[in-house]
Amino acid sequence: MTTTPTTTASASSAAGNSFSDVTSSESALRRFLHGLPGVDQVGAEARATALGTRSIKTTAKDYAIDLAIRMVDLTTLEGQDTHGKVRALANKAMRPDPADPTCPATAAVCVYPDMVGIAKETLGTSGVNVAAVATAFPSGRAALDIKLADTRDAVEAGADEIDMVIDRGAFLSGRYLEVYDEIVAVKEACGPAHLKVIFETGELQTYDNVRRASWLAMMAGGHFIKTSTGKVQPAATLPVTMIMLEAVRDFREATGQMIGVKPAGGIRTSKDAIKYLVMVNEVAGPDWLDPDWFRFGASTLLNDLLMQRTKMTTGRYSGPDYFTLD
Amino acid sequence: MAKQKVSTGSTTAKPVFDYAPAPESRAIVDIKPSYGLFINGEFVDGGGTSFKTINPATEEVLAEIAEASEADIDTAVKAARRAHSRVWGRMPGKERAKYLYRIARIMQERGREIAVLESIDNGKPIKESRDVDVPVAAAHFFYYAGWADKLEYSGYGTQSLGVAAQVIPWNFPLLMLAWKIAPALAAGNTVVLKPAETTPLTALLFAEICQQADLPPGVVNIVTGAGDTGHFLVGHDDVDKVAFTGSTDVGRAIAKAVAGTNKKVTLELGGKAANIVFDDAPIDQAVEGIVNGIFFNQGHVCCAGSRLLVQESIAEEVLERLKRRMATLRVGDPLDKNTDVGAINSAEQLARIKQLSAIGEEEGAGRWSPPCDLPSTGFWFPPTLFTGVTQAHRIAREEIFGPVLSVLTFRTPAEAVEKANNTPYGLSAGVWTDKGSRILWMANQLRAGVVWANTFNKFDPTSPFGGYKESGYGREGGRHGLEGYLKGTN
Repeated sequence: MTTTPTTTASASSAAGNSFSDVTSSESALRRFLHGLPGVDQVGAEARATALGTRSIKTTAKDYAIDLAIRMVDLTTLEGQDTHGKVRALANKAMRPDPADPTCPATAAVCVYPDMVGIAKETLGTSGVNVAAVATAFPSGRAALDIKLADTRDAVEAGADEIDMVIDRGAFLSGRYLEVYDEIVAVKEACGPAHLKVIFETGELQTYDNVRRASWLAMMAGGHFIKTSTGKVQPAATLPVTMIMLEAVRDFREATGQMIGVKPAGGIRTSKDAIKYLVMVNEVAGPDWLDPDWFRFGASTLLNDLLMQRTKMTTGRYSGPDYFTLD
Repeated sequence: MAKQKVSTGSTTAKPVFDYAPAPESRAIVDIKPSYGLFINGEFVDGGGTSFKTINPATEEVLAEIAEASEADIDTAVKAARRAHSRVWGRMPGKERAKYLYRIARIMQERGREIAVLESIDNGKPIKESRDVDVPVAAAHFFYYAGWADKLEYSGYGTQSLGVAAQVIPWNFPLLMLAWKIAPALAAGNTVVLKPAETTPLTALLFAEICQQADLPPGVVNIVTGAGDTGHFLVGHDDVDKVAFTGSTDVGRAIAKAVAGTNKKVTLELGGKAANIVFDDAPIDQAVEGIVNGIFFNQGHVCCAGSRLLVQESIAEEVLERLKRRMATLRVGDPLDKNTDVGAINSAEQLARIKQLSAIGEEEGAGRWSPPCDLPSTGFWFPPTLFTGVTQAHRIAREEIFGPVLSVLTFRTPAEAVEKANNTPYGLSAGVWTDKGSRILWMANQLRAGVVWANTFNKFDPTSPFGGYKESGYGREGGRHGLEGYLKGTN
């Protein structure tokens, strides 16, 4: 089954309604989230490891590398970011390998809200989206109206996608409805922009929490669920991503609606990226093998993908100086 | 530059992520055209009629194997006796341990070679022979090497029995060899081992490893052949111990043959294990456990979770998830690193699986397999499940020993226990629940040698393994595994 993004957007609010009983009160929401099947940590990690032993070679590897490049949200989220840095990154996103015009562009660049304007200006009509982190990223520790203003500011500057962080404090103290309401409010502030909901799984710690957060964010209307900010260790891991892929798979079973997944942080090599794609393929299903439904939040990953891509075409590895540093 | 509009990806037809073949190279193994018997440290010709071993995935003939005659068995037992009384039985445990450690290390060093050979001869996927059979076999040698100089702490005495006659099955050829040989040697016994007639090659490679390790001649003897050879071996007068893993029918015959003699016996026989899933189970991991329980090694596992007992309130959901998961199993070339389910070991076994599956259908159970293309040559059977199975169905009672799962339901924990125990077998069981107290209660109620909680088919050299009732007697693995090879406290 394939779902176009436009139908998803409208289905998403419908899904919000179909869970209206669940989200009507704090206790109903808690009952629902705690009623989800538990995750056995040992079993989940063993399954993730087993999927990581798949051997992806030749044509399958070609396909996987190009797909992974198209799924990258090329990211810079540093205090030292400047217009020059963002401009360079945006150019890299459009033409990852200047030496090879057949190399696809990345899905998006991911920047802080004040850099959205310059990113948008550089990317123009290239089709590469601008994603902005918002809601007092990365800690999320600010008042709701400030988070909403942060979001609106990014959208007004032209962001196509908003990556918000949830209030982990509220989540961990069991105030699920507060987290839910905040996601709903941010989504409204997003307007036409797509919303990715970051859990910071390194702070939620247990797989049971990751599964609950996933359902919470999906019911609240997030278009994507995302593992991490990249500022907390551990960031994305295979088992955490697997739990999230199971959640989006089960959510589609329940509602017919597809939600995307974005692991972010710590994915640095092509080999890692391919393990994630295998997992997408076998856990959520091949429908998710598309930049609309799966993204990598990464920066150094891209150059490794390019090196592998060149190796696949030429049969030789090139040194790092043959790929641009931005 | 590729001007792809990122948001239109899903509307166009997508190429599928079809894993290209990723075959493990066969070049590492050197299969000789013919093999003799390994007696007294040397390869010698057999007196019987030689037979062929084939690759079950292709039906290609791999090698000609000698058949041990009654006279050959006698020679082998004599060699083992001599080695026991002159060398191995009187060697200090510390010295025996050095040989066992050496064997374990060589097995690791030659791990890839052994794994490829095992997959070729047996039909099991390379990822299993590589990640399970070989490392666990080596681990058994390491573990029992540690016991060799500590027998006085075992609780079973320090005196070896003498010569052990060991007969092993074809489902885990090398691993069963390790389970048999490692504790026997650690305790100071010498062995004559007969591998299964369809899978002799890794045992013969192990003979080479014994040579490489400079193991004294006669300590390990490998005799190949079929039922008759095994019969001669376990019936030989000068054997002190018989250890057998295989079918209950053969086990019963062996028990009869040795009754009234002084031979010590351990039997590890069939099973029809219940894998019990409660409604509070971690469902996704339970589904993995069900798949691993019955499709691991094509279901050629005596402790396979061949009866799924699922609580009625979640039966439908579990079945749906199980079917979806089964559809992702990759059946095919055992040497492909992405293969999950390999070939059935022999035409004979395939016929039995087909026959019992047909009976399941005749008796009214619902048969389901995911769509999968099976190779045209070789022996293949798709992963299969039967729904609507009751205790009265033959497929719920008889061991199929193939990738066939019978699904039954229960309503209460007491009913789960009753149904799980209602079998002539009692080798293993699995319990899936988030409730720790229920796991402990179930483990006490279940009459099975191994009870796995929220996992299945996990093997560790430190853990004893063995059966209740028709699943045999005696334990292999752990400290308990030494009991069968020592004279007891005196």
